[in-house]
Amino acid sequence: MALLQISEPGESTAPHQHRLAAGIDLGTTHSLIATVRSGVAETLPDTQGRHLLPSVVRYIASGAAPVVGWEAIAQATEDPHNTIASIKRLMGRGSDDVRALHARLPYEFNLNDARVPRLRTAGGEFSAIEISAEILKNLRVRGEQTLGGELTGVVITVPAYFDDAQRQATKDAAKLAGLNVYRLLNEPTAAAVAYGLDSGTEGVVAVYDLGGGTFDISLLRLNRGIFEVLATAGDTALGGDDMDHVIAEYLLQQAGVTRSDMDAKDWRRLLRDARTYKERLTDAPAVAVEVRTGERVAYQGELSRTQFEALIENLLQRTLTPCRRVLRDAGVATAEIVQVVMVGGATRTPRVRAAVEQFFARPPLVDIDPDKVVAIGAAIQANTLAGNKSGDELLLLDVLPLSLGLETMGGLVEQIIPRNTTLPVTRGQEFTTFKDGQTAMALHIVQGERDLVADCRSLARFELRGIMPMVAGMARVLVTFQVDADGLLNVSAREQFSGVATDIVVKPSYGLKDGEIERMLRDSFEYAQVDVVQRRLREQQVETDREIAAVATALAVDGDQLLSASERVVIEAALAALKQARAGDDPIAMQDAVKAMEKAATDYVGRRMNSNIRKAMAGHKIDEF
Amino acid sequence: MYDNDFALFGLPVAFALDTAVLTARYRDLQRAVHPDKFIQASEAERVLAVRQAARINDAYQHLKTPLARAQYLLTLHGHGLVAEHATLKDPEFLLEQMELREALSEADSAALARLQMQIEQRLQTLIQALESGFAAAQPDWAQLQVVVLKTQFMHKLRNEAELRAERLLGM
Repeated sequence: MALLQISEPGESTAPHQHRLAAGIDLGTTHSLIATVRSGVAETLPDTQGRHLLPSVVRYIASGAAPVVGWEAIAQATEDPHNTIASIKRLMGRGSDDVRALHARLPYEFNLNDARVPRLRTAGGEFSAIEISAEILKNLRVRGEQTLGGELTGVVITVPAYFDDAQRQATKDAAKLAGLNVYRLLNEPTAAAVAYGLDSGTEGVVAVYDLGGGTFDISLLRLNRGIFEVLATAGDTALGGDDMDHVIAEYLLQQAGVTRSDMDAKDWRRLLRDARTYKERLTDAPAVAVEVRTGERVAYQGELSRTQFEALIENLLQRTLTPCRRVLRDAGVATAEIVQVVMVGGATRTPRVRAAVEQFFARPPLVDIDPDKVVAIGAAIQANTLAGNKSGDELLLLDVLPLSLGLETMGGLVEQIIPRNTTLPVTRGQEFTTFKDGQTAMALHIVQGERDLVADCRSLARFELRGIMPMVAGMARVLVTFQVDADGLLNVSAREQFSGVATDIVVKPSYGLKDGEIERMLRDSFEYAQVDVVQRRLREQQVETDREIAAVATALAVDGDQLLSASERVVIEAALAALKQARAGDDPIAMQDAVKAMEKAATDYVGRRMNSNIRKAMAGHKIDEF
Repeated sequence: MYDNDFALFGLPVAFALDTAVLTARYRDLQRAVHPDKFIQASEAERVLAVRQAARINDAYQHLKTPLARAQYLLTLHGHGLVAEHATLKDPEFLLEQMELREALSEADSAALARLQMQIEQRLQTLIQALESGFAAAQPDWAQLQVVVLKTQFMHKLRNEAELRAERLLGM
């Protein structure tokens, strides 16, 4: 565990201090960490000079720390049940999803909890969130050792097409790994940033991202540092791994062997070999292939590039359907696209590049290593968010990838926020009661494009409680759906008639409930010995320091213009109380002081925001037309 | 703090609008309030930033396209949003819709291209009608509601034509 650096209040956030920030690409097959040093964004290698960390975690024994990365992958074939690969595919997935995938996964599961399936390993049972957290911890340590300090914040990339549950799972994994997440960033947007900033491109850019397990296509409009996502589409269950699978299945067929003739080890080896064949076919016209069951060689032969290309043709066509859809959604013609950016290891395959070139009628950009481009873009964004680049114009405007809707009568979906709406977004909807004296109501939120609830992804069930008993139809509950810049949904509700905010009980369909993260933290190996209280205190100190610095900075900038002397006294008093709380060691007192500070500064904060808006509009007058 | 979405962008309340100016101002506003600019700020400021950025996004959506702008203007003047299923008592228009729809379902790619062109022309005419209707000293709101309704119909048809075009591409 990294040493905690505790600085004097206020000092840690001095205006020009460089904050250590990093971008993390948490990938299906491998992960990377990158940062901006001396103005250059670069991925960080491990002590042996390797930049990629295989996203593989091996659990050896109960109570022992798992092994992550190259060391784990080396044992994948020997110890398939305890060596977890491609865990990203299970992020935000439920037990039913796992049952559907089961035949293809060489792991044993505990599916008793419908929300959070757990993998059975020699080290115990773990959810996808905990397993992903191990990968993130490994990268965090790498980053902190390389940079020589604690990371202030990170940007973690996710496929643009990830739904709410998958995003939340990623954020939860980061929290478990002890990372402060500035932002979840869509992978294609990150790639566009990595390319766009260097080239100074203006216009519409397409990002074709074929990773190990997911496919995304995004269209972005670049204009003076603003990256505005116009539309995004994709398939969360389509990637380079599928190419390995079609090769493996084809070879089985050639060998006259069925899956039932093989054990998990044989199959894992065949998949590994299939990947090697695929990679070699990038340069070679043909490769020698073989299939083994145990020690027996069941088949030897040759696989030509032409054969391979025929095998993957179907997969390629499946990527072009979303390509057409984004063009339609964005209302953009192919001819308007000024650049096509390629992301993901699977785009190294020549046939993939050719298909993309043919579709968009222009050769795609491949200058930046497709494995690293996402992490590099994330690092640039993290550096900007950390405030290390003053006067930076970079701003990313992302969209909601999948429509949000509510279940209505008869299992139908009523859309609340359509896909490709720019984030953040807030929508209100009013509901009323059916029965006299009704004090609660239930909402079921789904995500997807279909008309039937059963065909969409269930996100959560919300129960609104504490509605004042009234005659049926009298209560007016305004439910506000807010999707933040990370693509995560928040729901709040207020009864309009009485003005009372209703209690909301959230039951996520997949993933963790409130409080489960804390329990996992307590249970996790790393923190078992560490004082939980100490961690809680540290987190609150960081939060308090930020609040102190934020208010002090604001006062110095515009306190005189926006506050009267008496108003300023009130805020100064709250700030003094906050500093006093920070000097103590009671996290609850600090939390209370932060809340009191927020309350005292509410008006001031509102005035600052309005002043920002006025400044942005300065010089623009209605009468200039 | 602003009465309407036009004022938010410093624009006069009018149907005619330079979208390049609107977009430039939208970007300036997002640069000022987007939550990404408040990562290091206090909690209250971050919450407010999300709300303001959402408000600006919403306003931009209301003004960006002619159809949305027309709908917003009707609401603003108290002539309500026109529901899609509202009855349109214009047999000639409805008949043409049916014919276009029928032609669409049978069109090959050449016929489809002609149909799409036809739909675009119709849309242009409707938008011109909106422009002159809103510009009138005493706008005929009932008439404008009808034009908005027709534009909605035509938009739907355009989407269907695009879907048909995709299917013809061999999908």
